[in-house]
Amino acid sequence: MTTTAVPATTRKDWASDQEVRWCPGCGDYSILAAVQMLLPELGVRRENTVFLSGIGCAARFPYYMSTYGMHSIHGRAPAIATGLATTRPDLDVWVVTGDGDALSIGGNHLIHALRRNVRMTILMFNNQIYGLTKGQYSPTSELAKVTKSTPFGSLDTPFNPVSLALGAEASFVARTHDMDRQHMQEMFRRAHEHEGAAFVEIYQNCNVFNDAAFEKITGREARSAMLVPLVHGEPIRFGKELEKGVVQRPDGRLEVVDVADVGEDALLVHDEEREDPGLAFALSRLSRGPYEPTPIGVFRAVRRPEYGASMAEQLADAQERRGVGDLKALLRSGATWTVG
Amino acid sequence: MTTTEEHRTEEHPREQRKSKISRVVVRFAGDSGDGMQLTGDRFTASSALFGNDLSTFPDFPAEIRAPSGTLAGVSAFQVQIADLDVTTPGDVPNVLVAMNPAALKANVGVLEKGATLVVNADAFDERSLAKAGYGSNPLSDGSLAAFTVYEVPMTSITQEVCKDAGVKPRDAERSKNFFALGLVSWLYTRPVEPTIDWIEKRFADKPLVLEANARAFRAGYHFGETAELFEASYEVGPAQFPPGEYTQISGNQALAWGLIAASKLSGLPLFLGSYPITPASDILHELSRRKEFGVRTFQAEDEIAGIGSAIGAAFGGSLGVTTTSGPGVDLKSEAIGLAVNLELPLVVVDVQRGGPSTGLPTKAEQADLLHAMYGRHGEAPVPIVAARTPSHCFDAAIEAVRIAVKYRTPVLLLSDGYLANGAEPWRLPDVDLLEPIDPAFATAPNHVDADGTPVFWPYLRDPETLARPWAPPGIPGLEHRVGGLEKADGSGSVSYDPANHERMVRLRAAKIDGIARDIPPVEVDDEAGDAELLVLGWGSTYGAIVAAVRRARARGHRVAHAHLVHLHPFPENLGEVLARYRRVLVPEMNLGQLSRLVRAEYLVDARSLSKVQGVPFRAREIEAAIDAELGGPA
Ligand SMILES: Cc1ncc(C[n+]2csc(CCOP(=O)(O)OP(=O)(O)O)c2C)c(N)n1
Ligand code: SF4
Ligand SMILES: [Mg+2]
Repeated sequence: MTTTAVPATTRKDWASDQEVRWCPGCGDYSILAAVQMLLPELGVRRENTVFLSGIGCAARFPYYMSTYGMHSIHGRAPAIATGLATTRPDLDVWVVTGDGDALSIGGNHLIHALRRNVRMTILMFNNQIYGLTKGQYSPTSELAKVTKSTPFGSLDTPFNPVSLALGAEASFVARTHDMDRQHMQEMFRRAHEHEGAAFVEIYQNCNVFNDAAFEKITGREARSAMLVPLVHGEPIRFGKELEKGVVQRPDGRLEVVDVADVGEDALLVHDEEREDPGLAFALSRLSRGPYEPTPIGVFRAVRRPEYGASMAEQLADAQERRGVGDLKALLRSGATWTVG
Repeated sequence: MTTTEEHRTEEHPREQRKSKISRVVVRFAGDSGDGMQLTGDRFTASSALFGNDLSTFPDFPAEIRAPSGTLAGVSAFQVQIADLDVTTPGDVPNVLVAMNPAALKANVGVLEKGATLVVNADAFDERSLAKAGYGSNPLSDGSLAAFTVYEVPMTSITQEVCKDAGVKPRDAERSKNFFALGLVSWLYTRPVEPTIDWIEKRFADKPLVLEANARAFRAGYHFGETAELFEASYEVGPAQFPPGEYTQISGNQALAWGLIAASKLSGLPLFLGSYPITPASDILHELSRRKEFGVRTFQAEDEIAGIGSAIGAAFGGSLGVTTTSGPGVDLKSEAIGLAVNLELPLVVVDVQRGGPSTGLPTKAEQADLLHAMYGRHGEAPVPIVAARTPSHCFDAAIEAVRIAVKYRTPVLLLSDGYLANGAEPWRLPDVDLLEPIDPAFATAPNHVDADGTPVFWPYLRDPETLARPWAPPGIPGLEHRVGGLEKADGSGSVSYDPANHERMVRLRAAKIDGIARDIPPVEVDDEAGDAELLVLGWGSTYGAIVAAVRRARARGHRVAHAHLVHLHPFPENLGEVLARYRRVLVPEMNLGQLSRLVRAEYLVDARSLSKVQGVPFRAREIEAAIDAELGGPA
């Protein structure tokens, strides 16, 4: 790879010539803008950047980027990314996926990519609905959701994507939302820096099939009271006057309290680097849905060996011990005999 | 009964201690836990080193430890060794080694009059007889009168010789397969040293086991020498092989090595994404051991991730390969279609087994041909290459890679359970003479925009091969997006234009059809050129067809044989070849899949000869079909 300085770019340099075809007003636009505006700041090269996706509205993302990219098949992007990232450590691999793509058909690939800690930045657009197929409920839709495929209400308990990722041994887990570009960019930057699989859940509004799903917590007026920012090393507090906070009860339960009632020192201090994911998990369960105070930010960021690097190490090790593979010797590695 | 050359042995002469025979078929049968595969394998290895030609057929149950002593739990290994060129493991065993009543019962049916039976007499107690479903003891009820039966107390002798080595009788009992190996090694004058050497190496870290196995092996050998039981031992001399260096190889091993060779020839790092499945797993195992070749193996969470990761690796400029068997191919279908659309090089290996569904996991079948051909939605053609012998898996793997890389396409490489586990001597190729494979990566823009800017069009095809450029990430100016949506011819942008879609469908088909110009014409074995019947085969039926055709010719029939390695597209001359023969017979381990393809393609009356029993054809079955086609024995 070239060692010359990374050329300065602007947002325009990262946009492809393809017309963006999401519905007007779709939250996907602001996520695309956030990414395209962030990339010039990351000191990365277009030619070394790859966006991979599965299928869904969200998954159209790679077509709009001027990087290398692949729009693959439903749910499989993390598997494809695993092959690419382990063979090309020089590339920045981004995976763009939806709640259906990542948690329904592709759930298996997602959890395994996370536990293996393959270097990839996963942006999961959670609109709690199947957008592209026109509005069926998804694995993140709230219980009793009425959609075309559930006219009497859905029966299945939704996944909490952050809980799921933490349970899958993810080394980096964050949450953000499409109404706050700055926060998105901060999360994406952090995820991109992470050595391994980084999972970011983005609350995304599908204004056509599930409008205002997050309005109660991400609406401009609601935000300060309903979003609980997680800041590493800081007590967890929120509210317009930071009058609310989170404490941990002796039985381990987390609870939202008035700071005035408990005193600042009683508040839980966020530690994203905690080895034990238990607290991060408890934080992910603080709200039961996007209608209660909901944490956003980095839940967990720990160092673990990266899968591709470990694989490369094994290869280097084998070559050091046995020398670079010799085909002639390989064919003679069993018993041989000579005729004539 | 006709005596065919495959199982001809000479009379057992009384006085003579050693008599020369040309070939022998030995079948070792015992409980799955008795180590019959190992025994057969060692007998094969020492015969290979001795210079015999040989062909093997491991035949084992799907269960790791089926209920012991039952028919379901019988595991067998058949090998034919010869001083001449053999192409099959033999139709019928001349010698059956049966370690227990179940092994006898499961195999005695195929024996012919005069066959030799060596049984472990210790195992014929009432309980074991009952478990095998014997009402009376076959060793004493006269039901084996047609055979020469040697009753050898293998268990007790093994326990006896292990006693003063400090091995407990229960542990010593496990070495009885080495006793059997020793005995058969004596019977066929195999050298002792290679096996002893092997035991010493293999069990170096388990001194007691090493000692027990070595003692059992020697005891078996001496038993033959001294026990007066046997009238003679036999000698199968070395075969006449073309000069060269040889090794013994199984299909899965050859396939793995072929992939490594192709990686070297192309300079593309090999990436295998795979999920374990019988009978393909050994390719994953073998490649996982070869990290010094820069081989990355990834045991995925399922077959879809196996192929997905291989596609990702191919996108990044590696040689992407995925290996599986039938059920796994089902799961990969959608991703194969993606690779067809992406037009990226990819090799999908299907080591076929009995189906449908889980079917017969450890048994061979050729019933995935039409699946390979058509098993995807939409018009999604893929080239198909099929290996025909264990060692040919090496060449077939290289050929699959060559086509995949040159034409930027997924290629289906078909093997089967019989090839995968079967072994044969292989004359090592001179690797310096193997043809290099040029990945021909794109290096620069290939088109100019309306405004004069140089741009990269990922679907601008090579006019001759119709292959698109392969541009792994990393090169400025070649950034591009691919995907499963239909693309505009040339630019590769998403396109829903009706005429463009038809053009792309036809282009993808024409690209694959065009490969016919780039593969060797099918060779016909028809020396005199006057054959009335062509036997057309593909895959692992090769050996049985060769043997059958030889025998039929020896009896005066005029028969030709052609064997397809390329099943899609067919070689260019196939139509003309088929037209030359009045009759065409297609033996297949399915219900007639190739015959259906050639009938549809060439409008010839290709007759199907089917066998779907999970076991390979016997040469005599094909011979009988040849007789039937040509009007009775010549
Ligand atoms: C194998 C397969 N099954 C089903 C579909 C149909 N399909 C396309 S996108 C989609 C759901 C997408 O939902 P989500 O991942 O949440 O993405 P969104 O459109 O909401 O962004 C489905 C079911 C498909 N393309 N492929
Ligand atoms: S359907 Fe919903 S998610 Fe899809 S583009 Fe339209 S608004 Fe966006
Ligand atoms: Mg969705």
